[in-house]
Amino acid sequence: MLEYSLRFLAGGIAVSAFAALGDTLRPKSFAGLFGAAPSIALATLLITLSQKGAQFVGLEGRSMIVGAFALAVYSWTVCVLLKRFLLSSWTATMAALIVWFAVALGASAALFQLS
Amino acid sequence: MIVQFKPSALGQTRWYEYLVRFLLGGAMTVVAGLIAARFGPVIGGLFLAFPAIFPASATLIEKHVRERKEKAGLSGARRGKEAAALDAAGAALGSFGLGAFGLVIWLMIVQSPAGALVLAAASWLAVAVLGWQARRWL
Repeated sequence: MLEYSLRFLAGGIAVSAFAALGDTLRPKSFAGLFGAAPSIALATLLITLSQKGAQFVGLEGRSMIVGAFALAVYSWTVCVLLKRFLLSSWTATMAALIVWFAVALGASAALFQLS
Repeated sequence: MIVQFKPSALGQTRWYEYLVRFLLGGAMTVVAGLIAARFGPVIGGLFLAFPAIFPASATLIEKHVRERKEKAGLSGARRGKEAAALDAAGAALGSFGLGAFGLVIWLMIVQSPAGALVLAAASWLAVAVLGWQARRWL
């Protein structure tokens, strides 16, 4: 319970801090870099390291590369849905989550032979 | 284009919007931990790059720009979407930095945990900023 409380607190602070930093930066395309900041990773890797060890964290890092690729495809999809199809931000970002799941799980299955 | 730091922009965000980000960020961090505990690090690691607060952030950007334009007597609907699209384009470039972060963690964490975390954070920033700069040159 304490571990998950710590994760909640650390994650909330890290995500809020990076988002607030993004708010203060211009141009918007530069601020957007902070939308893909390793906020959750920074908040949890130390906890995971102490609980599960470096080998476990290393494997998470390897999967994170695939997750980051999925995030790139997701972000590009959101950009297209907003500019070409003029969807609202909420609709575009929620609809594109399908793309993130498809790319992340599909690429993981192909690369790491998930059963 | 010069990068500007505008602390006054923080005043545009309302207290409950900060609260939503905090709660979503905290919740997603817990969920990522639960997924890693249940399904292992291969699946768990994917969720370290999940766009947890992206929908909330993009919606806020659209809303803030729209409100600003409407206050000036202009139609802000399209400008709001364009601002959110620019933010998403930046996030796409930032994702390469996130990939660099994961790569350093994967290759170095067993040998030097502290060094890996510091180098991974530096790699994220360097790759993300270089990617953004390179896109402007191309």
